[in-house]
Amino acid sequence: MKVLKTLGYLLGLPVLLILLWWSSTLGAVNFFVPTPATLVSKFGEVWFGERFFTDVLPSIGRLLVGVVAAIVIGVVGGVLIGSIKWLRALLEPTLEFFRAIPPPVLVPVLMLLMGITDSMKVVVIISGCVWPVLLNTIEGVRAVDPVLSDSSHTYGIDGWARVRYLVLPSASPQIMAGVRQSMSLGLILMVISEMFASSAGLGFTIVQFQRSFAIPEMWSGIVVLGLLGVGMSFIFQWAERNILRWYHGQKEVENAA
Amino acid sequence: MSSQAPTAGGAGPSAERHHRRVRKAPTKQLLGVAGILGFLVTWELISRLGIIDERYLPPASEVIAALVADFGLTAFWVSVGETMKAWFLGLLIAVVAAVLLGFIIGSSNFLRKATNSTVEFLRPIPSVALIPLAVLLFGVKIESSLLLIVYASFWQVLIQVLYGVADVDMVANNTAKTYGLGRMARIRYVVFPTALPYLMTGVRLAGAVALVLAITAELVIGSPGLGREIALAQSGGAISGMYALVLATGLIGVVINMLMRFIEKKTLAWHSSVRSEVVV
Amino acid sequence: MQPDLTQAAPEAMLSVRGLKKVYQTDGGDIEAVRNLTFDLRAGELACLVGPSGSGKTTLLKCISGLMAPTEGEVLLDGKRVTGPPKKMAVVFQEYGRSLFPWMRVRDNVELPLKNQGMPKAERDRLVDEALEAVGLSGVPRSYPWQLSGGMQQRVAIARAIAYQPEVLLMDEPFAAVDAQTRADLEDLIRVVWKKLGVTVLFVTHDIDESVYLGERVIILSSSPTVIQEDIVIDLPAGRDQLNTRSLPRFTELRHHVYEQIQLAKRGHRPAASSAAQTPTTPTSTASTFGPA
Repeated sequence: MKVLKTLGYLLGLPVLLILLWWSSTLGAVNFFVPTPATLVSKFGEVWFGERFFTDVLPSIGRLLVGVVAAIVIGVVGGVLIGSIKWLRALLEPTLEFFRAIPPPVLVPVLMLLMGITDSMKVVVIISGCVWPVLLNTIEGVRAVDPVLSDSSHTYGIDGWARVRYLVLPSASPQIMAGVRQSMSLGLILMVISEMFASSAGLGFTIVQFQRSFAIPEMWSGIVVLGLLGVGMSFIFQWAERNILRWYHGQKEVENAA
Repeated sequence: MSSQAPTAGGAGPSAERHHRRVRKAPTKQLLGVAGILGFLVTWELISRLGIIDERYLPPASEVIAALVADFGLTAFWVSVGETMKAWFLGLLIAVVAAVLLGFIIGSSNFLRKATNSTVEFLRPIPSVALIPLAVLLFGVKIESSLLLIVYASFWQVLIQVLYGVADVDMVANNTAKTYGLGRMARIRYVVFPTALPYLMTGVRLAGAVALVLAITAELVIGSPGLGREIALAQSGGAISGMYALVLATGLIGVVINMLMRFIEKKTLAWHSSVRSEVVV
Repeated sequence: MQPDLTQAAPEAMLSVRGLKKVYQTDGGDIEAVRNLTFDLRAGELACLVGPSGSGKTTLLKCISGLMAPTEGEVLLDGKRVTGPPKKMAVVFQEYGRSLFPWMRVRDNVELPLKNQGMPKAERDRLVDEALEAVGLSGVPRSYPWQLSGGMQQRVAIARAIAYQPEVLLMDEPFAAVDAQTRADLEDLIRVVWKKLGVTVLFVTHDIDESVYLGERVIILSSSPTVIQEDIVIDLPAGRDQLNTRSLPRFTELRHHVYEQIQLAKRGHRPAASSAAQTPTTPTSTASTFGPA
């Protein structure tokens, strides 16, 4: 009974929406809105053939490389800048400015500097995604609890051990918040870099469908991007739950008190 | 804290805090300015020394000159106006819609549970996936920008409003009930004040996202605004002009951030002591 | 019988010599600690009491090497303290903020040992013993924040014990726990101290606690801090919450300390503040002291 109820809550609204969509496409054919059946058949046809290897996988690969590199650079740089007071004061305004630049404008700039290459697309993703992680890490490192910091000092936990056991875990909630922003930004930048300057990849293919008025195919592309976003979100939530178990537990205890 | 001689009360630790705040502030700002200058000098040198070809990366001085020249051009300000118009309208629509829906969904346990899966599915869909659709429906008009901006900003605000409504203190709500406050009155006096800090966080995040999407739409679709000018400058070979416009978008971003933080501070002045640090 | 304590006694485990700490601000210098000199013999349990704002925390930070004094020095076993020394462990008041919330209880206790590169078997033994000693053998898999305040402070104490310090500093460790837990923890400290023979410096603002716990009580003046008085607590060694606290001598000593602190609050300062003071044994209340 309880399982049924949960299932009802989980699927009720989506099923309702799909039924609504289906019934609205029953009558007169709308050029812009394909029927659910057409979309499903196109989806398989378009994306699970050769295109999966020529367009989908390379796009995902670039996205992964870019986001992971951005996280690594952001965390390492953030720990460094956050731990050294004068360095932080020196760089923070400049970094805030870089964070404020809307990352998509980097596409034409990097296109100019690097040409239209795969590495350019990866660099676009890195240079857009690095800021939220970097600045959040700096903030997290700065906010290490002074009592905890004193405790570590008195027990001789310094240098690398301090980073590993104190600084990184303590900053991890902020770092994860930055990573979440970076992941959605990375997906946006992947698509834009391919739409703006490319001859392959997910973004390029979807725009091609739109230009040739292949409407059901275009929709299926939108669905692919959506699934990609949802998939990344699930992976993130799973990772976050594991890494920040202590943090959520602690918050729960504090809120209950 | 004035500069008078210390009294017995907590001279040690508070004196230390005092010390940090008073003395370090000007030094910190000076260092920050030095950082910006250092960056500009490095940029200038990279270009002048030919580490990166001047045709691709003009020296900082040239770009800043181009930016200053832009400030005198009507066309520049028209573009800025177009971008800001799309940003503001999109944000406004998203906030209004998200607040309405957020309060409706959030105040009903049934609706909250029933919509959860759908919200969690729709939220991560990147708004740029809608670019082809926007082009089909609206072409290069401002509506294209609005579609992307609204979609991206809406979720940011909605999620925060839902968190905020869920955070309402049961004791406060029950107290209000015992004093005979009706549903609307409770929303006005209990739910809304609780959710306000969350809402402001959502609006601040949405403000940043909205600018990204406004520029994206202009850049990729070609709806009017700074993004389109950047694309045109790049393809037209006006490289200094392109870098100047990139700097301009950065300045707009900084201004928007400052504005949002200012509004957040003003609205929540009464709340800051109660509010714990929420990581978002 | 008075212990023989002169300048920098050779048997001193912890020696604070002419310690002075001045904070520099734009509004002028703030002198938190003016001139403090005292010695702790190895194995002594001394309590440091003073009115609030008497620079207790500043003093403790200087002793533990977390902060450099403006003048004077701290010697640990004859060696000058310049940074947190290996032979010293500190238990802070804020138990919730001195344990690593991302580590389980056992890992918290183990970390300082692991960081020293101690072999696993030895580590395990020390951690087990320490958890056993504070009565926490049952919860090594819990996270600190899952425990009550008193239990969290027990974890912090276990971590300090496992570290095998020669000097244990405690900064108002029980100020934030409830009265019942506090009594239990006080007894725990006495037990641990006797068992390990460690030198303990226990900072508190609670007069009862200082008299009940200490073999000696050092009373601080108000800021800028000097030593107001240094007294020997001649209560029987085997103390318990009910009997010891109802002894007439306990009441007498409590009175004495209380009055000294009231004096300190009113700004009274001892005449000879710069020289090292010798702990005295107050004979009865209200008659033996006053402006000397």
